[in-house]
Order: sequence, then structure tokens, then C-alpha cells
Amino acid sequence: MLAKRIIPCLDVRNGRVVKGTNFKDLSDVDSPVALAERYSECGADELVFYDITASCENRSLFTDILKETASKVFIPLTVGGDINTLEDFERVLKCGADKVSVNTGALNNPLLVSEAAKIYGNQCVVLSADVKRVNGKFVVFARGGRINTGLDAVEWVRRCAESGAGEIVLNSIDTDGVKKGFDIEMLRAVASDLKVPVIASGGAGSVGDFIKLFKYTDVDAGLGASVFHYGEIEIKALKKALKENGIEVRL
Amino acid sequence: MTGIIDYGCGNMFSLVSSLKKVGENVEIFNNKEGLYRCDRIILPGVGAFGCAAEKLECSGLSSAVKELAGRGVPLLGICLGMQLLFEKSSEYGEHRGLSLLCGSVGKIDCEQAGLKLPHMGWNSLRFKKKSGLFRYVEEGEYVYFVHSYHAEDCSDSVIATVGYGTEICAAAGMENVCGTQFHPEKSGDTGLRILKAFTEM
Repeated sequence: MLAKRIIPCLDVRNGRVVKGTNFKDLSDVDSPVALAERYSECGADELVFYDITASCENRSLFTDILKETASKVFIPLTVGGDINTLEDFERVLKCGADKVSVNTGALNNPLLVSEAAKIYGNQCVVLSADVKRVNGKFVVFARGGRINTGLDAVEWVRRCAESGAGEIVLNSIDTDGVKKGFDIEMLRAVASDLKVPVIASGGAGSVGDFIKLFKYTDVDAGLGASVFHYGEIEIKALKKALKENGIEVRL
Repeated sequence: MTGIIDYGCGNMFSLVSSLKKVGENVEIFNNKEGLYRCDRIILPGVGAFGCAAEKLECSGLSSAVKELAGRGVPLLGICLGMQLLFEKSSEYGEHRGLSLLCGSVGKIDCEQAGLKLPHMGWNSLRFKKKSGLFRYVEEGEYVYFVHSYHAEDCSDSVIATVGYGTEICAAAGMENVCGTQFHPEKSGDTGLRILKAFTEM
């Protein structure tokens, strides 16, 4: 059986991890490379690097970090953040990324997913969608949750999966940062009919939240950022608890 | 020295890094001459079977791979590279492989079990026969997969399987020719031990 995956997400700006950490024995707590190594040792199944660098000059800083991480950490790496063109795919794949996550880029250019899938394969293309409740419906937002696209989330992710996205990340804007649990209702509504793997994001606050996620939805992976960075959840302990609750994980 | 075959199908960054990590000298070659100097060779691969088989053939490397395998040089195919070791594949039409292992490649039949494709993620190994490739790995260890097609009718060569609705061939091999459907270079410490064992073959 496939194991459920636990995925820490690192937001990187100007070469540093944005959210702080409290790993006591890590000499450089803000270094994405050191943090990635630590997560890999603790049993993270995959890592997501999100490039939130504002300027082009610092973009090479990000790819340098990616290269260094990929030469030290031997688990899958997904890279996202401002991926708009096939050149962007090429740029990060050359530096060791295994999968590339597109969000607003796919909304702006509906052919991006299918074109990238044709060249790099479906397994390489991850569609990330920021979803929020609007008048009782689940709607897709663009530009980091700032712009309401009016697109129905169920329809949008299904279309992307059909056109070549090999994996879907569903971020709940409503539960993001609240740390009171994943958006089970949204995940069930949007992910249930998808034929590709789904990663749940937004709302992880406790070990119990991950247990609920895997018990009440059939998503394949749970993503977290600050809960891992601040050490509120330790990955080893989380996986042990999941296993004790009958959920298959890689220990 | 381990040579990685570059025929334009796949990302070799992690493979090179992981081999270096286990202390191996590694070089990438896109020509026969280079490959003849290697102690062992790795055939990686990502993408569709037909396209990869054609690129391998057109680059003139498929005959070199067959010749070296015939001479007893250890050969490891990874993911699509493993599928290419078999006789044929039915991915988007019928395509011929290298025929270094008996069997064919077909789509994973997991729809009835309600499972998703690609088979993506970590799955645990069950061994079917002994192989030097896995001498540092124990039954039940997890390795990382990303694929929608798998090797079939290859029971003689199956080394390890994983369960995914049906039984999937995770590793196959005969004598000096072997392959892993999963990515050892993305399978954490378990994967590094597999690569280490290959560099000792």
C-alpha cells in the first residue's frame, strides 16, 4: 500500500526561510538547506520549496539553494512560486526539482499545464489551487489569495487534472494560518472525484488534525509549514501517531 | 566509475548527487566511447516509452547498452530506464524495448480497486528473490515511485514487488542486468543503500 505523505513547505525569500524556527541544535535556523536536511532526517516524505523572492536578481539565489538542497537531500522536491512559463519549469528542473507547482500561472495561461505535461510528463506538473468559500461555493483565488477568479474549484481542478496535472495541491484560504485543522469539508467536496493524487494544505495545528485529515478524506498527503518550522509538531512523533491510528506511513 | 547514459530523457541532477554521496565516481555520457570506459552503467529515464526508445536508438546508444550488458557489465535501469530493459511496451501504441529482460510493459490496472494513477509516493518492498542490489535493504522498507505503467509477464526476473490494487514489479533483474521501477535517488537513505550496493557490483 502507498503510504500517506507528510510534506513540510519552506517559503524562501532572498535565500532565507521566511518563517522562523526553533530547532535548538541547528546552527543556522533560517537556512533552507539546513532545514531541508533536518526534515529529511526526521522522516519528511517530500519537500516543497516556495520561492517568494520579489526581485529577479535574487532569483539565482533561490536556484543556488535548490541545487545545494538537491545535492544533499534525496527525497522528492517540489518547487513553486511565480511559475508562469515553460522557461520557469526548465530553470528549476535543471537545479534538481522533481516537480513544479503552478498556481496563478495556470490561471493566466490555461495551456501551461498541458504544454508542461507534454514536455516533462504529468508526474512533473503539480497544480496548486487556493480555494475559498464564497456564497456557499468553493471558488478559486489567484495571486496568493488576493483575486477572486470566480472559477468553481471542483471544475477548475478537474479540468487541470484532465489536461495533464499529475498532482493537485488544495490550499484552503479559510483555514490557512488558523491552526484549527484542515478544511475537511472543502477537501471532500473538491478532491473526492479526482483521479490524481491530492495534497491537503492549510490549517494544520496539531497531530490530531493530520489524523482527522487521513481518516475523513482520501487525500494522499498533508502539507504544513509553521507547525513544523516552530517545532509544534515533530514529524517523527506525528508519523508514529498516524501509524498507531491505523494510517499507513513510512517510518 | 559509474556512467550515466544521457539520451535526452530525464533529469540526472539527483542521480549524480546521490551516487557521489555514496562515494562513487560518476560521469554522464551521450556517446558509446565514454560508456565503454565504465565499470557499470545506469540507464535513467522519464517520460513516454516510445519517445525514449526512439531517442536511445537514434543516438546509437541502444546497441552499446546491449553489447556492454552482453559482456557482463553491470547495468541498472531506473524507472522508464528499467521498462526499456523489457521486450516491448503498450504505452501509446506498441514499442520495442531492449529485450535484455523477458516481459512487457503495460498500464497499471488499478481502477477497479479505486486507486489513482500515477502510482505516486512511497510504497513498501516485498522480496521475491535474492539480489545483490538489495543486500543492504530489508523487507518492508519504503521507496519512492512515480509511474503509470509497469512490467508484466516477467516473473522470472522479478526481484521485488509492491502492492497497489495489483502486484507491481518494483525491481527486476537477471545476472548483471537489473532495474528499479522506483527512484533510488529519491528514496532517502534506503535508496542510497541500493545505489551503494550497485556500485559494488
